[in-house]
Amino acid sequence: MAIISYIEAVTMALREEMERDSNVFILGEDVGKKGGVFKATEGLYEQFGEARVLDTPLAESAIAGVAIGASMAGKRPVAEMQFADFIMPAVNQIISEAARIRYRSNNDWHCPIVIRAPYGGGIHGALYHSQSVEAIFANQPGLKIVMPSTPYDVKGLLKAAIRDEDPVLFFEHKKAYRSIKGEVPDDDYVLPIGKADVKRKGEDLTVITYGLSVHFALQAAEKLAQDGIQAEVVDLRTVYPIDKETIIESASKTGKVLLVTEDNKEGSVMSEVAAIIAEHCLFDLDAPINRLAGPDVPAMPYALPMEKYFMMSPEKVEKAMRDLAEF
Amino acid sequence: MAIQPVKMPKLGESVTEGTITKWLVAPGDHVQKYDPIAEVLTDKVTADIPSSYTGTIKEIMAKEDEKIAVDDVICTIETEEAEAGKEQPETSTMQENKEQNQSGRFSPAVLKLSQLHHIDLSKVKGSGRGGRVTRKDVQHVIDHGSDGVQISEFAASSTEDERHTIVPVDGIKQTVAANMVKTMQEVPHAWMMIEVDATNLVRYREAVKESFKKAEGYNVTYFAFFVKAVARALKEFPEMNAMWAGDHIVRKKDIHISIAVAADDKLFVPVVKQADEKSIKGIARDVNELARKARSGTLSAEDVNGGTFTVNNTGSFGSVQSMGIINYPQAAILQVESIVKRPVIIDGMIAVRDMVNLCLSLDHRVLDGLICGRFMQRVKELLEAASEETMPIY
Repeated sequence: MAIISYIEAVTMALREEMERDSNVFILGEDVGKKGGVFKATEGLYEQFGEARVLDTPLAESAIAGVAIGASMAGKRPVAEMQFADFIMPAVNQIISEAARIRYRSNNDWHCPIVIRAPYGGGIHGALYHSQSVEAIFANQPGLKIVMPSTPYDVKGLLKAAIRDEDPVLFFEHKKAYRSIKGEVPDDDYVLPIGKADVKRKGEDLTVITYGLSVHFALQAAEKLAQDGIQAEVVDLRTVYPIDKETIIESASKTGKVLLVTEDNKEGSVMSEVAAIIAEHCLFDLDAPINRLAGPDVPAMPYALPMEKYFMMSPEKVEKAMRDLAEF
Repeated sequence: MAIQPVKMPKLGESVTEGTITKWLVAPGDHVQKYDPIAEVLTDKVTADIPSSYTGTIKEIMAKEDEKIAVDDVICTIETEEAEAGKEQPETSTMQENKEQNQSGRFSPAVLKLSQLHHIDLSKVKGSGRGGRVTRKDVQHVIDHGSDGVQISEFAASSTEDERHTIVPVDGIKQTVAANMVKTMQEVPHAWMMIEVDATNLVRYREAVKESFKKAEGYNVTYFAFFVKAVARALKEFPEMNAMWAGDHIVRKKDIHISIAVAADDKLFVPVVKQADEKSIKGIARDVNELARKARSGTLSAEDVNGGTFTVNNTGSFGSVQSMGIINYPQAAILQVESIVKRPVIIDGMIAVRDMVNLCLSLDHRVLDGLICGRFMQRVKELLEAASEETMPIY
């Protein structure tokens, strides 16, 4: 088993799916000859040709719209938004068309598209290259939102997303692209969309998070373990629809829950997780449900100290975990 | 004057530890803020650590050539500045708030666990912030026990020593006990007893007993006849089928007779619904069914709710006289005592008759001696005239 980076797992999954199914094709800005600005599609243009790796105009609405149309005609498009921040012009296509088609046509039509987009901060990218956009889509039945944390999960979930019969938004943390590495098998495997993964077992408190923050929580958990505090780390992996069962099970077990997201605090995916716990686990709670999240300011600032202030970090997560453990 | 710690600085994005290769100061040396105090080597750079304060080196903790984690204290400096930690007054007040005594405040998880295992939380030592009892503290008591804390195994089962036995009281018994106390404190009870000649009833029942058992598969008891007679009399005396409601009295049109059933040292009071509309067989069947349910613990809420008057078969225990406690919020309870053979004078001659006492307890706010006397007299008449014609089985 090879140890590869997060972004290499993206490329690997795309290549394997394109080799497996000739209906799979890629479209997006600079995904062809350039291989994408992050190099996620590197080598695919050379391998599969311009008919299956399409460079599009700078028009996100068109990228999503073309993908939706092609999927309804039997293709398996994988569209790339260069940055998640740029998905906004395509929101109408995604929410009003892709998410609704199966419901609106009473099951006659469906829309098996994947829209990949790098999100998140910590790369000195400032306002238009650091945003987390998942909360905008996370109350739209018909959509699925996958946000993996490890290269292993990236490969298994991206393949599952491409094979899914309905639209999937696949958000990749851009800071994780090259900083996170892990073992990824060469063989063909898929992971279930809609299932959270307990990345670390513990009895004293639960940290529920997703994406890059999973690694921060795991690092912090190791530090707490030195002081005899065992934290459970739950990686949501799919933030919509949410895996209620795993959340309820872990929250009921420890009674102390910290929810971590890099997104703005209010109305984030974690607000929904908090509500699920409040609805189901009242008599098992030993502490208030805690949320650790970005401040409620419009976006990640450019200045380094300000970016650090906004971003999640192992230190912030550790501090919040210790605080909850001591409660 | 204050002692300030100097910590290992983070010398680069991914640096987690460093090695002090050389101390440039010794305890007692005076340093200015930003003066270099030590040389440090990380896997990226070699750099000087500047002093964070102006003052005198107090103590040096970090040894040379030893790896020190970032943020570990390497030395302390005695400064001339006033007390430290004043720059963040907000956080320190928040901290104080959090440190307030939390020993009387319990989380849902703690309450649930403690109730499940009957743990007295006032005796559990809290390890949480401000002395709060945490879920783990309770779990620890459950797993390991603790001095002075009683847990379920003790409380829920009987314990014995040489001189006494402790019998636990479960939920049903607790409820019954509370109701009895409430009724006795709230309701002014009065009592009355009449004597009924049940000879005709005994003959009548003896005549039909065998054939009934054969036809229906269960016994036709005396109790069914008593319930029937009471229900019929209640129809004629609606005053009896009533309850006290503070500033008024509620008279019930439906006649639902509560009957007391003892099972496994528990007392149940299921209800024979619309008893006045039922035949002897119908009542006997209901009584039989309700008693079976009570003994098997399968009575539903439907089976026990809605009673308007209670008939209690105290005679089955051999009692000949008793004073029942009213089944709150009903207005009266009638106790059917044992049927016993006694010499009775009839027309100046001594005869052996089957006699039974009926004892009535009444709520004196709702009822009085006059109405109860008439009611009891009517019950007596009905029972003494019991025959195939007046009280048919079917």
